[in-house]
Amino acid sequence: MTEFLEALIRGLGIGSVYALLALGFVIIYKATRVVSFAQPAFMLTGAVVTSYLTPALGFVLVTGLSFFLSVAAAAIVTALLALVLERVLVRPMVGRAVFVIAIITLGIDIAVRTVVTGYIGIGARPIGFPWGIETIQVLGLSVQIRHLVMMGTVALLGGLLYLFFQRTPFGLAMRAAAFDQEAAMTQGVSVGAVFGTSWALAGGLAAVAGALVSTGAGVDRQLWVIALIALPAIILGGLDSLGGAVIGGLAVGVVEQLVGSYQRDYAPWLGDNVATVAPYALMLLVLLVRPYGLFGTPEVRRV
Amino acid sequence: MLAVRNLEVVYDDTVLALRGVSLEIPDQRIVALLGSNGAGKTSLLRALTGLLDVHDGEVTKGSVTLDGDDLHKVKPEKIVKRGVRQVMEGRRVFVELSVEENLRVGGHTARGRIATNLERVYGLFPVLADRRNRTAGYLSGGEQQMLAMGRAMMSDPRYLLLDEPSLGLAPLMVEAIRDVIAEINAAGTGVLLVEQNAAMALSVAHHGYVLETGRVVLDKPAEALLRDDDVREFYLGLHPGEDGERKSFRDTKHYRRKKRWSA
Repeated sequence: MTEFLEALIRGLGIGSVYALLALGFVIIYKATRVVSFAQPAFMLTGAVVTSYLTPALGFVLVTGLSFFLSVAAAAIVTALLALVLERVLVRPMVGRAVFVIAIITLGIDIAVRTVVTGYIGIGARPIGFPWGIETIQVLGLSVQIRHLVMMGTVALLGGLLYLFFQRTPFGLAMRAAAFDQEAAMTQGVSVGAVFGTSWALAGGLAAVAGALVSTGAGVDRQLWVIALIALPAIILGGLDSLGGAVIGGLAVGVVEQLVGSYQRDYAPWLGDNVATVAPYALMLLVLLVRPYGLFGTPEVRRV
Repeated sequence: MLAVRNLEVVYDDTVLALRGVSLEIPDQRIVALLGSNGAGKTSLLRALTGLLDVHDGEVTKGSVTLDGDDLHKVKPEKIVKRGVRQVMEGRRVFVELSVEENLRVGGHTARGRIATNLERVYGLFPVLADRRNRTAGYLSGGEQQMLAMGRAMMSDPRYLLLDEPSLGLAPLMVEAIRDVIAEINAAGTGVLLVEQNAAMALSVAHHGYVLETGRVVLDKPAEALLRDDDVREFYLGLHPGEDGERKSFRDTKHYRRKKRWSA
């Protein structure tokens, strides 16, 4: 039981990171109807910027404060970068086929990632997370502090996003534009601002995710691959559902950890590394039952 | 005054939708724009509100002006801010938002006055007040039309451009919509009423234009249009000369229409 609960908490921790990435994908998709493949680059950017800022902000008042401040600053820097890239490279393509824009985002990803990788150096770069992979005892379970931080972050940012979309006028305008862009334009909503904001939000979220993932082993060149695991998460949750993105991300994390813990004991004939494939298998299963994902919006129609 | 001079609109560099249209919407008046499908009515509205770009359309000649300022290449949201609001054909409410959220989006450019404007819109359309927390997609067609119009009123527009508000509505609902249009106008908003339902449009309008294949073919005060033989025959379905009597299409001589109006 202890082992199961510990795996569950690890899964929720890692899943929180997937959730942050998935939220970014979904926000951009809702605003622009394009799946942006630039998320891995923003994730890496956030991690690298954090790794440079944390030592610079070394005046530790409370343990970890410089890390959290750095993450916040890195999120803002990355959000600005995303905003500029959207304005310069993606906006001129509005109106073109979705496929074309998706390929452009892929190009942005490769270009940004190449530049940022140059700042990592050889091997892993420490990110300055004060607790590393230390564990603490919670109700008799040993839990890594970083996993608790991840869960706390997703709860905080998820709550803020909810308030933004439900309570603020611009959040409401973004939801309206997601349903019907042209109708939103006739309401005086600047669709360009909606696109830009969606990219900035997604970039910021990815940056936070990148920094959190690196808390264990530091920033390395292969970090961005983790962003791809957010893809089964969003398809699982439904491409256009923010709540679904969080649930999907957590589910993927938990499944991955549980399979990793138990597969060797119960199904050794599956071979090694089944945990890596597990999220995709889960995605296929869900799609068989609900083709629009667990929380994809069923169409509202008057009868 | 909102004015269009010699406007030519081309879609995709190939399709000529408007060829030299001139039209004026004076302040606080109701102007009706009649015309059959494909005459260019919606293209004209798009040119007025900056939405041509979305449809790969372009103004190639002529001008759209608001109080003398050129609106060419001005962004749609800026045009809304200057008080020109379009209610698109087919209502286009945000189906998954609630009625009140729809209205709040409508007040996007007038955030400071949302509370007062909500009151006013609920006064204009009491049925919306009863349904304020309902999902907009579940309203009836007439209620959705009211919501679309109410949403446009949320920014106190100077000019309201309505694209076929009577489309697909029951006769009683059409009358209700017409009364609201008159009421909105009486409160000081200029209205451009684009309609296929000529009887409804001319019953409230001060002035009317008839658009055919991208050209204005008639431009007269509404009463004069109501008396015009061609309008009576082709838009109101009345036989010229014989008041109120319906005419069979069998008796309509096709060439006569061609001689007067074709390109």
